[in-house]
Amino acid sequence: MAKPPRKPKLAVWKFASCDGCQLSLLDCEDELLAVAGAVEIAYFPEATRAVLKGPYDVSLVEGSVTTQHDAERLLEVRRQSRRVITIGACATAGGIQALRNFKDVVGFTSVVYAHPEFIETLATSTPISAHVEVDYELRGCPIDKHQLLEVLTAFLNGRRPNIPAHSVCVDCKARGTVCVLVRGAAACLGPVTHAGCGAICPAYNRGCYGCFGPKETPNPVSLAPRLVDAGMDKTALHRVYRTFNPVADAFKKESERHGA
Amino acid sequence: MSYHPSVIGLDGLAALIEALSGDGFRVLGPTVRDDAIVYDDIAGVDDLPAGWTDEQDGGRYRLKRRDDKALFGYAVGPHAWKRFLHPPLLRLWRAEPDAAGMTLTAAAEPDERFAFFGVRSCELHAIAIQDKVFLQGPYVDPHYKARREGVFLVAVNCGTAGGTCFCASMNTGPKATAGFDLALTEFPGEFLVEPGSDAGAALLARLPQRAATAADIERARAVSERTAASMGRHMQADGVHDLLLDNLEHKRWDDVAARCLSCGNCTQVCPTCFCTAVSDVNDLSGATERTRRWDSCFSVDFSYIHGGSVRPSPRSRYRQWMTHKLASWEDQFGTSGCVGCGRCITWCPVGIDITEEVRAIRGE
Repeated sequence: MAKPPRKPKLAVWKFASCDGCQLSLLDCEDELLAVAGAVEIAYFPEATRAVLKGPYDVSLVEGSVTTQHDAERLLEVRRQSRRVITIGACATAGGIQALRNFKDVVGFTSVVYAHPEFIETLATSTPISAHVEVDYELRGCPIDKHQLLEVLTAFLNGRRPNIPAHSVCVDCKARGTVCVLVRGAAACLGPVTHAGCGAICPAYNRGCYGCFGPKETPNPVSLAPRLVDAGMDKTALHRVYRTFNPVADAFKKESERHGA
Repeated sequence: MSYHPSVIGLDGLAALIEALSGDGFRVLGPTVRDDAIVYDDIAGVDDLPAGWTDEQDGGRYRLKRRDDKALFGYAVGPHAWKRFLHPPLLRLWRAEPDAAGMTLTAAAEPDERFAFFGVRSCELHAIAIQDKVFLQGPYVDPHYKARREGVFLVAVNCGTAGGTCFCASMNTGPKATAGFDLALTEFPGEFLVEPGSDAGAALLARLPQRAATAADIERARAVSERTAASMGRHMQADGVHDLLLDNLEHKRWDDVAARCLSCGNCTQVCPTCFCTAVSDVNDLSGATERTRRWDSCFSVDFSYIHGGSVRPSPRSRYRQWMTHKLASWEDQFGTSGCVGCGRCITWCPVGIDITEEVRAIRGE
């Protein structure tokens, strides 16, 4: 009898991050057995202490690069991985910790730590794609677990993930949510933000915070006057694009238009 | 055959909703939710937006109190009836692997029948346009057909024109002329009811009513006339087909592209836009599902063919949408794709106004 085909080896790596995105994988309660059946979990410290040696078929990479040590570790992850999929805002756009990029990190460490001399860190937080070639970037802070399963399934089957890059508005309209911006309930980044969360915030009368980063061909310059109508001042406009995806190109540029 | 109009009171209107429910219809109509008048299930007259109206302008919608108790004293809101006839997300089929290979199961079509209550004339025209697209071409859409057949349509002749309405320009209103079972015109406390089908006439016969007088009919005519004269927007529709197709390189396209967010809102709220994306997605169990969801010509993937998107720029996408809506739709389906409901103006987050764009290209 022929040997059953080897199951693809999956590794889950953490860089500078909160772990929320990789925990989305464990959060796939109903689908977790199917995941475990489809792949061999070779490296996933949040889930198991068992470690299998590389190379790995698929690596999920969470977090951004904030230390020289991580920058070197990442090169090794890439060397050991057939496919690298980055998951979440930190890995795809530097994350909230990329706010350091606009300031002096030494100033921060001197205020935060009792012994800043022990802190060895880079001046910037950068996405994984700034260091190594990435096969796919999954957005979100945190990522959506259904999208994670979709990307994983797509890669295991050698097909393109079904992850639309359109605005959050399209998902609001599909849900039947009444536009919070047009009806004057909230300032909302939905028209410039990548869908994927299921348009949760507007369904609860809140504006979109842009957790998934810029949509394809975003136009925040045109949206700005409407955000002002909805109550945002220059400071608010500067800050609203500096949250989870502050170094994503379109958000970075728009933030800089409203302040340094 | 011609039908005789009647006049009903609030009791008659309540009896109408009750009769529709009693006949097994799922009655959908206007109701207040999230500071807007949306379409949802209604159980009776109490669910209707009594005493509410709306203020609409480019990128702006506000729900306001009226100083009377009118039930239909507002224009069309964020929802169009297409969300019931042509749902935003449909599962088409599922294929499960089994010993024999695989088993394919088509998704069941709903067995409910809809009664749409409070359909405006522009919306009747929009439904007629989607009927043309989905039912009257060489390929009938079975999903639309299953939902559309047996719909009972209660129209309302608008007594108030919205700030972004321009049905009078598009010859699609404000008075309903065809495509309904019953049409209401609201007077304070009572309604002129005109049957438009045998089913409508039969249902009207079951309601408490009085025969309409010549004065009632004149009053209703005056309501529609007043509404037609108070449209918030105007579009010169004559010749717009050639105007747009002769001006594909007009500088106005660059101007509108600078404002356009390419967010797709206009297409999602438009009652005639019908485009969908169909995806086959497998899961880890080996099963595959085919789904269909509303798509938009404002997304890059919409025009993706081998090698890239045909319309990578927002300029090309806006131009595609507007020239299709107002020009090439005519070549394709024999009517304009625009019914003048104004939703694309109101629900555009930056208030891009299709009537203004036409004027600009005309050089006015």
